[in-house]
Amino acid sequence: MQNASLKQLSAALAAKQISSVELTRLFLDRIKALNGDLNAFITVDEGFSLAQAKAADARLAAGTADPLTGIPIAHKDIFVTRGMRTTCASKMLENYVSPYDAHVIEQFSAAGTVTLGKTNMDEFAMGSSNETSYFGKVKNPWAREAVPGGSSGGAAASLAARMAPAATGTDTGGSIRQPAALCGVSGLKPTYGTVSRFGMIAFASSLDQGGPMAKSAEDLGLLLNVMTGFDPRDSTSLERDKEDYTRDLDRPLQGLRIGLPKEHFGEGLGADVAKAIEAALTEFKKLGAIIVDISLPNGRLSVPAYYVIAPAEASSNLSRFDGVRYGHRAPEYGDLMDMYKKSRAQGFGAEVKRRILIGTYVLSHGYYDAYYLKAQKLRRLIAQDFKAAFEQCDLILGPTSPSVAFDIGAKAADPVQMYLNDIYTIAANLAGLPAMSIPCGFGNHGRPVGLHIVGNYFTEARMLGAAHQYQQATDWHTHQPQGI
Amino acid sequence: MAGRKDWEVVIGLETHTQLTTASKIFSGASTAFGAAPNTQASVVDLALPGVLPVLNKGAVDCAIKFGLAVGSHIAEKSIFARKNYFYPDLPKGYQISQFEIPVVQGGSLTIQVGSGQEAVSKTVRLTRAHLEEDAGKSLHEDFAGMSGIDLNRAGTPLLEIVSEPDMRSSAEAVAYAKSLHSLVMWLGICDGNMQEGSFRCDANVSVRKKGATEYGTRREIKNLNSFRFLEKAIETEIDWQIETLEDGGKIRQATVLYDPDKNETREMRSKEDAMDYRYFPDPDLLPLAVSAEMVAAIRASMPELPEAMCARFMAQYGLSAYDAGVLTGSHALADYFSATLAAGAADAKTAANWILGDLSGRLNEADIGAAAAPVTPALLAGLIKRIADGTLSSKLAKEVFAAMWAGEGDADRIIEAKGLRQISDSGAIEKIVDEVLAANPKSVEEFRAGREKAFNALVGQVMKASKGKANPAQVNDILKRKLG
Repeated sequence: MQNASLKQLSAALAAKQISSVELTRLFLDRIKALNGDLNAFITVDEGFSLAQAKAADARLAAGTADPLTGIPIAHKDIFVTRGMRTTCASKMLENYVSPYDAHVIEQFSAAGTVTLGKTNMDEFAMGSSNETSYFGKVKNPWAREAVPGGSSGGAAASLAARMAPAATGTDTGGSIRQPAALCGVSGLKPTYGTVSRFGMIAFASSLDQGGPMAKSAEDLGLLLNVMTGFDPRDSTSLERDKEDYTRDLDRPLQGLRIGLPKEHFGEGLGADVAKAIEAALTEFKKLGAIIVDISLPNGRLSVPAYYVIAPAEASSNLSRFDGVRYGHRAPEYGDLMDMYKKSRAQGFGAEVKRRILIGTYVLSHGYYDAYYLKAQKLRRLIAQDFKAAFEQCDLILGPTSPSVAFDIGAKAADPVQMYLNDIYTIAANLAGLPAMSIPCGFGNHGRPVGLHIVGNYFTEARMLGAAHQYQQATDWHTHQPQGI
Repeated sequence: MAGRKDWEVVIGLETHTQLTTASKIFSGASTAFGAAPNTQASVVDLALPGVLPVLNKGAVDCAIKFGLAVGSHIAEKSIFARKNYFYPDLPKGYQISQFEIPVVQGGSLTIQVGSGQEAVSKTVRLTRAHLEEDAGKSLHEDFAGMSGIDLNRAGTPLLEIVSEPDMRSSAEAVAYAKSLHSLVMWLGICDGNMQEGSFRCDANVSVRKKGATEYGTRREIKNLNSFRFLEKAIETEIDWQIETLEDGGKIRQATVLYDPDKNETREMRSKEDAMDYRYFPDPDLLPLAVSAEMVAAIRASMPELPEAMCARFMAQYGLSAYDAGVLTGSHALADYFSATLAAGAADAKTAANWILGDLSGRLNEADIGAAAAPVTPALLAGLIKRIADGTLSSKLAKEVFAAMWAGEGDADRIIEAKGLRQISDSGAIEKIVDEVLAANPKSVEEFRAGREKAFNALVGQVMKASKGKANPAQVNDILKRKLG
């Protein structure tokens, strides 16, 4: 049952082969058995989950169920939840309980899903390895000595270890796609503005976007159908007609133009990863797709532009964590300034502090033009690259990450090396484009490789269709780590 | 005041006007004043994790109204920015304001300096007016060793109106502030309540030697919430600056507070320790777009502006510039005047005199607005009718007015009840005159000896004998005839 697709689970629930309570119990038991080792969840509350499962069973019995009613989901601990604490993996919010639910949580509640718990992540979503969590590192189910990627590392690990059949994540520079790649699961970051950011604790507002993580493209489509929707409480939420993201799943790939950015196949890309990507491209050609060579000349500027814009916004977004109204306050302090300094020094971890410092610096008087404004210009150039590219192709494919999962601690001391993990994923955030990662084989040490797919704005259904066709022809997405 | 005459004073004002929207500028919480602390602070105002601002369109309408009233350019696109600083009553750690591109740009306000026939008209240029949110309040008095935070005011919409340094005296600054105050109330965008902080000024003051072309170094006096304090603070500051300079000292740019108890201005912080607010465009809010249609619709809904109404009153009713100016100094007074004429007061000049005289006196005494006057426009019109048809002398009319104010009914009823009808029957008056002449032979003799004063004494005797009811003009005529 833990390997079943959402469609299969939905059918089993509808046919009363299993109840939501039984299904939830099954995953809660797996969490209980595995979380001590993997640390994928920060908070689990069995009573809370089972009560929701009971309510879902009532809906199923009453015949008022939606497609995902009764299905358990793991939520990234960045979405605020009423009745279950939301920590953002920070000491700052160690005991914080929100009085309201995030829009994404509301959407899933309305659909009747069951919250399994809150997944671990990099602190305030700042990191690519899940090593910055105040609640401890997450281990990669494929190799316990390796990182799961980040920042949605807990979500990716929980899926790989079959501790949850579906999960939510957020992606500011690759935080859904890179951990999905490193853990051998599927994840999608939708077009900016598609998923409401209300109740999603802000890291970098102009880049943050929530999205689904699952075992397959088909599951992602079903989850996206629930997550999206206009929310008047988010000024950047797009007012669009509701669409069915599964509508193109069965569409053949005949004539699909796949763009390969030459910049994503050059220096820095691991040979093992390159090999798996090439094999995937061969598969797509077999399915009828046409390969087009394209160029994203400004892509190399995405990492520097990102590490100006994201910290700038973060430095301001995280100012509210000041120890005054909620969150960590230093137990002892002198005057007000001392209270601020001690509370924030104690409440934030090293990576968060580093980014607040960078962000404060680039926004400072006299540096703003040289850094922030220049980075915004680069951002426009990067978006223009994509615009030109999408005149030649329908989707852009390449590697999600330059290497397979690296060992815990291997890059922790070198932030720049860590930041380069996101070299292929960041540009989509800067441009606001939808992008996803699906498993496409294994590289060094038998660790998973992710295939990166970037689409034009609002082409999620087409992207999911291409991914689904690939997953129909291959079985990489069904592999699971041993000993789980 | 050593050598005031050698110096020129330069003043510019920044005025914070609280807009009259029912809800806050970025949240749905109420803006009503005086509620129990923190009962009007929503999750957005508290800056809980995950919340986002949504712009209140009503506040934008207010800003546009103001811009149109002062002939400003309304920006098609303006930007909300974050002004970052830490303070306990600033929950997000930044204030959302408009920085580089405000919604209202340029414009001017014509003011009357001085009063009566000496009033001089002057035009003050406006730099800009921008929308922003107010902060909460820190309460330092109520808690021993602690500070209280009340966030009811946090997020209240403000329009900050910035003038050019066009004022040359405290009198001009006060005249400008008063004119602005009456305009924003006229437009209905601000309740003008200065005690509650709905209208407060910062004054930038500098002095320079007469004939100098460069401005002197300015100091900014913060948070002046009465016209009297505005005047006194500026006067005190001017004296201090001139004295400092004449003693060979230098002015350093600073923010100062005015202490009304000691009547002194005190430095809060100098420019050197001015904060770096790290302004940058707020990524949570889209640029504010104002269409030509929106502007046109607001223009069409605008009330007749005071300047236009003043000109109309002069042309249509032959009022003096001063009278028309005072009548159009507040919407309530102008409405009262128009309503009095509409209720049948045929003589506009008499109506204006009554409104600016007895009525205004009573309103000031009772500290109420014209709309709350117990003598309604209809009552006043009834009184004026009885003056015009000769039923009442002006002296009797005052008595009737007093009775109407006391709630004794309309003019006709009071005239009837008190027997205040003027005696205009020449036979009756002649009879009284004859009696008076007979009783005062000494005065008659004196008058005939050429003493004009004796005539007035005789008039007084006639009026006294008639209990003030004799028509004074007729008394004059008859007396002259009898004595001549």
